Amino acid sequence: MTTATSGSACAAVFRRDLLLVWRRRGDALNPVLFALMVIALFPFALGPEPAQLSRIAAGIVLVAILLAGLLALDTLFRADYEDGTLEQLVLSPHPLSLLLACKIAVHWLTTALPLIVAAPLLAEMLHLPRHVLPVLIAVLALGTPLLSLIGAVCVALTVGMRRSGMLLALLILPLYVPVLIFAAGACNAAAIGLPFASPLLWLGAALALSLVLAPMACAAALRISLS
Amino acid sequence: MPAMNAAIEPSAPLLEARGLAYSRNDEPIFGPLDFALRPGEVVLVEGDNGSGKTTLLRVLSGLLEPSEGSIELSGEALTVARLSRQVALLGHQPGMKLDLTATENLRFAIGLFGQKDRSSVDDALANVGLRGYEDVPIRQLSAGQKKRVALARLLLIPAALWLLDEPFANLDRGGIELVNHLLDAHVAHGGAALVTSHGAYAFTSGNSRRLPIRPAA
Repeated sequence: MTTATSGSACAAVFRRDLLLVWRRRGDALNPVLFALMVIALFPFALGPEPAQLSRIAAGIVLVAILLAGLLALDTLFRADYEDGTLEQLVLSPHPLSLLLACKIAVHWLTTALPLIVAAPLLAEMLHLPRHVLPVLIAVLALGTPLLSLIGAVCVALTVGMRRSGMLLALLILPLYVPVLIFAAGACNAAAIGLPFASPLLWLGAALALSLVLAPMACAAALRISLS
Repeated sequence: MPAMNAAIEPSAPLLEARGLAYSRNDEPIFGPLDFALRPGEVVLVEGDNGSGKTTLLRVLSGLLEPSEGSIELSGEALTVARLSRQVALLGHQPGMKLDLTATENLRFAIGLFGQKDRSSVDDALANVGLRGYEDVPIRQLSAGQKKRVALARLLLIPAALWLLDEPFANLDRGGIELVNHLLDAHVAHGGAALVTSHGAYAFTSGNSRRLPIRPAA
């Protein structure tokens, strides 16, 4: 008899979710295309003056990526809930929080990471000052996993309800606002040459905290949703 | 196999429920129930629609906390971690991803629950009559064939206790025979099973008992 170790279970969850994203790559690409479209459309609406665009560039990129992540969030546990595979995860002999952390990691890898990679291009389209770009990328690297983790807890709380879209938005919004404030604050400070370390450190601290706590909160919320 | 039964008979119950009851929002669903399940036994849980059969299985699998009473697994109080190494639950939903193939779904189950000795994904699929469907996405299979893939999962993961919720639903005559055959083989190896049915199916497995369940008053 081969017993499954927690490591092999995590690998199985990781592999399965990546495979599922690949099988539905058309749908999976949607959030990324959404963010690209929003960012590409802003210069058309606001006019192409570099001075005006460069002032709001970081904010546009941050909001677009935040909303793109939100688009894919609702499906994070819903499909698993509906086809019964979530029950199998809960019943498996491994820590549920660990398995859910793998699912959240796949969500981040497939929605946020492509946008972080594309961030230099997006920033250039909006005339973001060159010296702010490294700060923007650092902010995204710290902020987007934080958004995925916070969002996952809210999704786990609402997964048992039908038509939970409205409730999810209401739950998530107040939790996303501080992340956005710190992220935009770092970029704005960098743009005018002020020190930007402290908002970055706050984001890092929040990320460290939620890396540990969010998967556990998700697991508890999903157990409640399933009962 | 009388010799084997004699060997198993004195052993402690695999699963024992005492005064087990479940209420949702103070509304009683079933119970109180007392029963024991020994290795080599199949218990058929019988009841009408809405009598709490599915809820009973979800309580026994650890998905729901019992409101009253206790469940013991091999003589010790039940915890989810111990339970999941010994129990396999086959629910109403197949518990599989429609976009993945039968093989990929079963590999995932093995990753989560481990694998029995001398079992392989291909053999398990052949045993449930799905040879040639290994690499077809589950979405393209019929409801009965999906059920058969779910049954193949039971053949692969090491669980002494099977909790089967309406395993005969969607199956043709051959499929019903298959479930009975799988159950016979499982109990012959010292396993046990709790099977729900609303009574429409003839149940032919050898060493079986019936457990009637009624909605709690």
